[in-house]
Amino acid sequence: MLIVKNLEKNFGKTKVLKNINLEINEKERVVIIGPSGCGKSTLLRCINQIEKPTKGKVLFEGIPLDDKKTDINKIRIKMGMVFQQFNLFPHLKVIDNIILAPVKLKLMSKEDAIKKGKMLLDKIGLAEKLNNYPKELSGGQQQRVAIIRALMLDPDLLLFDEPTSALDPEMKQEVLELMKNLGASGLTMIVVTHEMQFVKEFATRVIFIDEGKIVEEGKPNDLFNHPKSLRLKEFLNNIN
Amino acid sequence: MNLFENLYKTLIYDNRYLFFLEGIKNTLIIAFFAGIIGVIIGIIIALIKNYHEKTNKLKILNFLASCYVNIIRGTPTILQLMIIYYVIFASVEINIVFVGILAFGINSGAYVSEIIRAGINSIDKGQIEAGSSLGLNYPQIMHYIIMPQAIKNILPALGNEFITLVKETSVGAYIGIIELTKASDIVASRTYEYFFPLIIAAIIYLIITFCLSKLISIMERKLNNANS
Ligand SMILES: Nc1ncnc2c1ncn2[C@@H]1O[C@H](COP(=O)(O)OP(=O)(O)OP(=O)(O)O)[C@@H](O)[C@H]1O
Ligand SMILES: [Mg+2]
Repeated sequence: MLIVKNLEKNFGKTKVLKNINLEINEKERVVIIGPSGCGKSTLLRCINQIEKPTKGKVLFEGIPLDDKKTDINKIRIKMGMVFQQFNLFPHLKVIDNIILAPVKLKLMSKEDAIKKGKMLLDKIGLAEKLNNYPKELSGGQQQRVAIIRALMLDPDLLLFDEPTSALDPEMKQEVLELMKNLGASGLTMIVVTHEMQFVKEFATRVIFIDEGKIVEEGKPNDLFNHPKSLRLKEFLNNIN
Repeated sequence: MNLFENLYKTLIYDNRYLFFLEGIKNTLIIAFFAGIIGVIIGIIIALIKNYHEKTNKLKILNFLASCYVNIIRGTPTILQLMIIYYVIFASVEINIVFVGILAFGINSGAYVSEIIRAGINSIDKGQIEAGSSLGLNYPQIMHYIIMPQAIKNILPALGNEFITLVKETSVGAYIGIIELTKASDIVASRTYEYFFPLIIAAIIYLIITFCLSKLISIMERKLNNANS
């Protein structure tokens, strides 16, 4: 579904990503871990081309994303993203936040979008917040609305960049639960997170990045219980 | 007694109030249409520059836009007005009020573009990223996400720019536009007395700018209530 080939990203002279190779198949739930500043966010942002890679290729469902003929906006409909800071639109009510893209992109009529939005909000118990503004919601609620906003477009792949890092501990759980449910329903996801307990239950594969390179990858149990590299051992020790 | 005599001499005698009316009319017409031109130019320039900053495309347009803003902001308004009137339109018969509208519009556009740019930049870049991640294109993101938020920051500054514009039109006197300041000057040259014509002009300017300030604060309040 997603292939990353020899990806490199420089910011000026600093090399943030070095020769990243990655292949992600349907229904995988890949978690990316690594120390702060190692390039996890940059990798996600290069995958959906919010950040332009310096070198290398990203192919999504066989389509090269840096190709001039590729309409990146069409691709992004199928590849959603959830941000650490939620990035809900503060001037729009919850319902308008989630129907904006499908309606303006003419993928759905407004009526259908509202119907679908209500149905999805109902599933996560936020139906009564429909007409509230984002700032009237708790952080956990906001992040779940942001996830629904991405789901409105029926993405094939959803990217999460530290979706719970900005949340109080009590609120992390509701977001992580929703992500687990999405995983159970078969959605393909790439998640950057530091919630190790969650990673163990959630991930089908874990990738450890250090200094812009993939150092180790594998099943969560193998990686956590038998880390091979010194860097991963240190990282796991620090986090626990 | 003296007061009424002077007011009579300044306003009523020989229908001199007509000069003031003409002056008010031209001042308002020039400010209004120059304001519209300024906003249109300002939006276009701001979007070109912002789009260039985001994508590194439109290099030539962005260069021209930067030149325009720098030239306008780096030279006196009077000079710009005189260049447009005495150089560009030197050999054509043209309505002088129209020249004023054009010159002040072009002048104002540079300042408005900076106001709009600052407004756009005041919005968290996560908003643009969220919009992009949903497959929206640049115009859609600007229209539905950035501008509705930025307008709160833009409108008050834009209002101030418009008030400045109203006062700046007085520069038009130099090329002979009979706007409010010139009108009072004409009256003074007939009454051989400067105090009353100038004070009357000042009071009229104050009334206009006061009403505009009020209008701006009403709009500001409406915007703040609309989506908070
Ligand atoms: N726009 C940018 N301009 C310059 N340098 C940047 C930019 N974005 C990121 N960097 C640098 O690239 C490196 C990797 O950043 P990135 O945000 O990808 O790290 P991360 O692994 O997500 O870290 P964290 O866990 O703290 O979120 C950092 O050193 C950062 O300072
Ligand atoms: Mg990060």
